[in-house]
Amino acid sequence: MAQIAKMVAQRMALGLFTLFVISLIIFLAVEFLPGDFAQAVLGQSATPQNVAAFRHELGLDQPAYIRYFTWLGDILHGDLGRSFASQRPIDTLIAGRVYNTLFLAAYAAIIAVPTALTFGILAALYRNSVFDRLVNIAALTAVSSPEFLAAYILIFIFAVHLGWFPPIARITEHTSFMDRLEILFLPAVTLTLVTMAHMMRMTRAAIINLMASPYIEMARLKGLRRGRIILRHALPNALAPIINVVAINLAYLIVGVVVVEVVFAYPGLGQLLVDSVSKRDMPVVQIACLIFAVTYILLNLLADIGSILSNPRLRHPK
Amino acid sequence: MNYKELERLFMDRRITRRQFLAGATALGAVSLASGVLSQPAYAAPTQGGHLRVAIGHGSTTDSLDPATFENDHTISADYAMNNHIGEVLASGEIIPELAERWDTDDAKTWVVTVRKGVEFHNGKEVTADDVVASFNHHRGDTKSAARSLLEQIDSLETDGKYKVIFKLKAANADFMYIASDYHLAIKPSKNGKINPTDGIGAGPYKLESFEPGERFALKKFENYWKTDRGHFDAVDILSIIDTSARTNSLMTQEVDVMDRVDPKTVDLLKQRPHAKVEEVVGFRHYTFPMRTDTPPFDDNNVRMALKLLIDRKQVLNTVLRGHGRIGNDTPISPSNRFFAKDLEQRTYDPDKAKHYLKKAGAEGLKVNLSAADAAFPGAVDAAVIYKENAAKAGVNINVVREPNDGYWSDVWMKKGWCACYWSGRVTADWMFTTAYAADADWNDTYWKNERFNKLLKEARGVLDPDKRAEMYAEMQSLVRDDGGTVVPMFANYVFATSDKIRHDTLAGNWNLDGMKFTERWWFA
Repeated sequence: MAQIAKMVAQRMALGLFTLFVISLIIFLAVEFLPGDFAQAVLGQSATPQNVAAFRHELGLDQPAYIRYFTWLGDILHGDLGRSFASQRPIDTLIAGRVYNTLFLAAYAAIIAVPTALTFGILAALYRNSVFDRLVNIAALTAVSSPEFLAAYILIFIFAVHLGWFPPIARITEHTSFMDRLEILFLPAVTLTLVTMAHMMRMTRAAIINLMASPYIEMARLKGLRRGRIILRHALPNALAPIINVVAINLAYLIVGVVVVEVVFAYPGLGQLLVDSVSKRDMPVVQIACLIFAVTYILLNLLADIGSILSNPRLRHPK
Repeated sequence: MNYKELERLFMDRRITRRQFLAGATALGAVSLASGVLSQPAYAAPTQGGHLRVAIGHGSTTDSLDPATFENDHTISADYAMNNHIGEVLASGEIIPELAERWDTDDAKTWVVTVRKGVEFHNGKEVTADDVVASFNHHRGDTKSAARSLLEQIDSLETDGKYKVIFKLKAANADFMYIASDYHLAIKPSKNGKINPTDGIGAGPYKLESFEPGERFALKKFENYWKTDRGHFDAVDILSIIDTSARTNSLMTQEVDVMDRVDPKTVDLLKQRPHAKVEEVVGFRHYTFPMRTDTPPFDDNNVRMALKLLIDRKQVLNTVLRGHGRIGNDTPISPSNRFFAKDLEQRTYDPDKAKHYLKKAGAEGLKVNLSAADAAFPGAVDAAVIYKENAAKAGVNINVVREPNDGYWSDVWMKKGWCACYWSGRVTADWMFTTAYAADADWNDTYWKNERFNKLLKEARGVLDPDKRAEMYAEMQSLVRDDGGTVVPMFANYVFATSDKIRHDTLAGNWNLDGMKFTERWWFA
């Protein structure tokens, strides 16, 4: 266990450094984009006087490095700053959206992960059967069609035609938990469709890969049933690659859902990030990107811990 | 006029309910009229209901400050929360709103008398101080988009509790239209300043909550001074950018109103049982401004040739599916009262264009045309059609597809020739002053015509409508034949409502009944 604690500490320190580098890269990237916040927000109505007044109001007339270090200093003091655009404190601006994004991601994951693993195991169990082929074709079709198409088809059938679910995911802070589950069902299913294939096929491949190993052959010679061989003997050894794929897909559910947010008009982080980039709302872009970076770092860390725990050889290195 | 004609006008919604009743009374046909009015479609407004609106604009970077209002999501909330000095009617004429009256002798000094006994949402009475503070928010060192509009104000002061005196630098007969611009919401002042983001106004609805780029939740303001307006109990204005999501929401009755119907699917939407599609001719127009200070566009023969080389009907039918009108290279819409009817409509004419090209010595002309869908939806398609049209006269238009991002800061007014749009302005003077006057910030053609600019200044001081009409007609012909803008078409406002929504004649000064729909519409 000390081993793991040490690794977690190391990875956390590295993670902090990564975050610093990322914040620098994002800052520079936004700096390099043509136009700044004042111009972007005023759009067609930008006149030189308006732009100058606006820049001065926001401190955009200062050199880039000063703005960056001022921002970094504030962050280290726990002050996330204010949005250029709405002048609201960023923590209140994004708290609701972070919650919405995590809620939808968790909802989709709760549907997608068990379904993907079950179908993957069953597909491995009945390899090359009609069932295996059908599951594969369905999953590959779902993952190959763009998200908005899957979403539109679901909306057409379940919202417009049958009227079971609302076509848009409008929620407020007063929406109850049960209502959320109903309103978000279609977005969650859309996300399930686009993430499931990857996890399912990895499960299937990892298990099939192991089925050729001598110890599985031994188990079979002992006369064990196929189901028991797969669940008790193959699956634990196949967990490491599966956990990694699941982690990547969970990260995707948090950072990559902007299309689904737009199609369902769902107020999540993705839309906020897109709007903020197009308006060059620097402080919001920074925080949103850092949240995404933290997501990746944490999920990767969890995946590594999971792989280590699932593999006794890694737990007791010589 | 007999009663039948009057009834026809009303049925076509060309006159309001009030005008219809007044007319019928004058004709002694009140009983006939009340028969018509008792039909469900023409019944008096009913109170109550929860209006839900889906607007195709809105961004998480929006704020409540009127100085930053620039998209339909915030503008529709502006008209729900706030009142302005005057209100533009469906006829295009302006009447006092928070002003009780306004007076001027020379169009240079305007005395605005504030309506007495009007309350803000916080209970404070609207006074002259509030008007001055609200205007000053947009003057001087400010980011407000209304700043350049108000530069014509020389001084602005109160005279007693209810009078405001505007002294202008030069006469402007249309000043009350400018003073009623949507940015110039009247808000309560405290120590001579307004709090721009408090969301408090004197409009028909109070702000309950605002999530930028998501929704405005509004509640009826019980003490609203117009007792016959603002019929809904509550209003939700949602931002739903995706056109399909907006359309689905209307079809499933999740919302009662949607704006910006996709021209491609409008005919399908018309067949849906609960949907009603509305179309209004407005001032919005699409343009291709050429920089008249940059070769080859500095030669008017080249400009003329290019104006003759676009097939307006084809562009209108392709890009807008016919939901608009063809333009005549002037920004003045046929719905404007000073529209020059006698100006000949310019048509596609490659032969005549060749003649002008020869005169300019520019046969086989090669030009770049920058376009992006940020300019207007379908701008790139329109540019490609233009290219094909122009090829007939040997002109090679190279369509440069620009990124949407940064279009207004890096392409518009920078590149020699590009695509652009204008929401249009309710008066001819305003439109010309904004984008055609030599010293305008947005003179996107860098066009400096002496005669035009002289007329523009003169016309502002003229109060006689016939004389003004004549002057504006000459200005339109100057813009058409010498200016740098190609105006191929005017776009209609196309929106859809649930069949439960009722309204009077729709205004065309902005989208959605001049953006006053929350105040003017009601549920059957």
